[in-house]
Amino acid sequence: MVIRDLQYSRGHRKIFDGLNVEIPRGRVTAVMGPSGTGKTTLLRLMTGQILPDHGTIMIDGQDVPKLRRADLYQMRKRTGMLFQNGALLTDISVYENVAFPLREHTNLPERLIRHIVLTKLHAVGLRGAWQLMPAELSGGMARRVALARAIVMDPDIIFYDEPFVGLDPISMGVIVRLIRRMNDALGLTSVVVSHDVDEISSISDCTYLISDGKVVASGSPEEMQENASAVVTQFMNGMADGPVPFHYPAPNYDDQLLSRDE
Amino acid sequence: MKRVAIDVWYAIQDWLETFGASQIFFVRLLAGVPSALARPGLIIKQVHASGVLSLGIIGISGFFVGLVLSLQAYNSLAKFGATESIGVVASLALVRELGPVVTALLFAGRAGTALASEIGLMRATDQLSGMEMMAIDPVRRVAVPRFLGAIIAMPLLAAIFSAFGIFGAWLEGVVILGVDEGAFWSQMQANVDVYDDVLAGVLKSFVFGIAASLLAVFEGYNSIPTAEGVSRATTRTVVLTALSVLVLNFMLTAILIGKV
Repeated sequence: MVIRDLQYSRGHRKIFDGLNVEIPRGRVTAVMGPSGTGKTTLLRLMTGQILPDHGTIMIDGQDVPKLRRADLYQMRKRTGMLFQNGALLTDISVYENVAFPLREHTNLPERLIRHIVLTKLHAVGLRGAWQLMPAELSGGMARRVALARAIVMDPDIIFYDEPFVGLDPISMGVIVRLIRRMNDALGLTSVVVSHDVDEISSISDCTYLISDGKVVASGSPEEMQENASAVVTQFMNGMADGPVPFHYPAPNYDDQLLSRDE
Repeated sequence: MKRVAIDVWYAIQDWLETFGASQIFFVRLLAGVPSALARPGLIIKQVHASGVLSLGIIGISGFFVGLVLSLQAYNSLAKFGATESIGVVASLALVRELGPVVTALLFAGRAGTALASEIGLMRATDQLSGMEMMAIDPVRRVAVPRFLGAIIAMPLLAAIFSAFGIFGAWLEGVVILGVDEGAFWSQMQANVDVYDDVLAGVLKSFVFGIAASLLAVFEGYNSIPTAEGVSRATTRTVVLTALSVLVLNFMLTAILIGKV
């Protein structure tokens, strides 16, 4: 996957201004950056959910923004996506959620669907939860079910949108291991958007750090740790102030306190 | 004054944009009808959700409307010594006007809000985006079956409303007020026409069904994915459906009376 000169604005605010990213096949690539830098927006652009103002997003030689709806849907059949909250369908069971893409896209006999669904649920450790409803799952379990659903069509690429947010350490460890294991066992290409430096560094092969609409650093997790630039140091070490300021832009503190304006 | 004019202009623009978008959405829904008909299970589930689950409110409301109609008609007709006609008055009012209109208004409050908030919450919790990412068109999978289910449910609910209303009118008029039962039913049978009255009501409720379900799925599908956005979509569904039904009712009545 190759992204070249990507530009995207929301209203008057430029989210990306000439972004360039290359995602190698068969690897786990992390996209990191402070909150509000547009990491989720980048995933939405990569998957054709929104269109860029300028630039190309090539996946297997196809420019995603230029694909017609039917071609885009064909491409999406070869991709999986794990949303922040899992995005499970709340009116059907865990089993039916995982079976959902198979029922919609294939005419497989029920016996085979059952076999595939239970295999995928077993891979994420939730075969025993097949008849639970999404409301009965914890956050970590919901994300594992969503992961089983994302891989049920055996995709080539899988996108993870902040997969560690709001998870306890055990669930987080489970998801971290699953991402790596799925990638290696199924020969996937994984793109993980996250700001959890330690977790993502432990499994990624390549990392991109995005800030102010551009890639400010890229490389292996080790190279990122050794990078001496101020913005990388601030982000990797979780420093409160630096190139990414602690304070939102504001008028002079004294002037504002002493001002008569409401 | 200038500011008021600008606000009015923006409001008109907003209304026109919403109207245009709803018509485009309507075309998308119609395009998805053939594939939805191939999966009747999805539609039947929605007929249950919109229709069967609305039976309680529709039946009880129809019954009490029938009671009041009968009571009012009795008091007015007693002055002319024509109390036996309360069956005709109640049944004509129910099958031609009150059945379709009140059912549509109740439907907007019960099933329309449920549809809009359900689809809106699916949007807010990324379920619709999730479907798109699974290469499944949410309009065809989510909106079209709900749209068709509501259209099928509306005339059936209107018929049930009228039936309960006529039962209420009979109970009040014949059992409580002592109107002659034979006259009550025979006058109704002689003066209520299947085509001009009953089918006119069915036609109205079918059109109201299209309007109510279109507005509910449109507002839900295009809601802003926040708690406030879903709440706003739900409110707009009720308000717009009520207004649309009342305006459409006048237009349809004018056309039907002109024809008859």
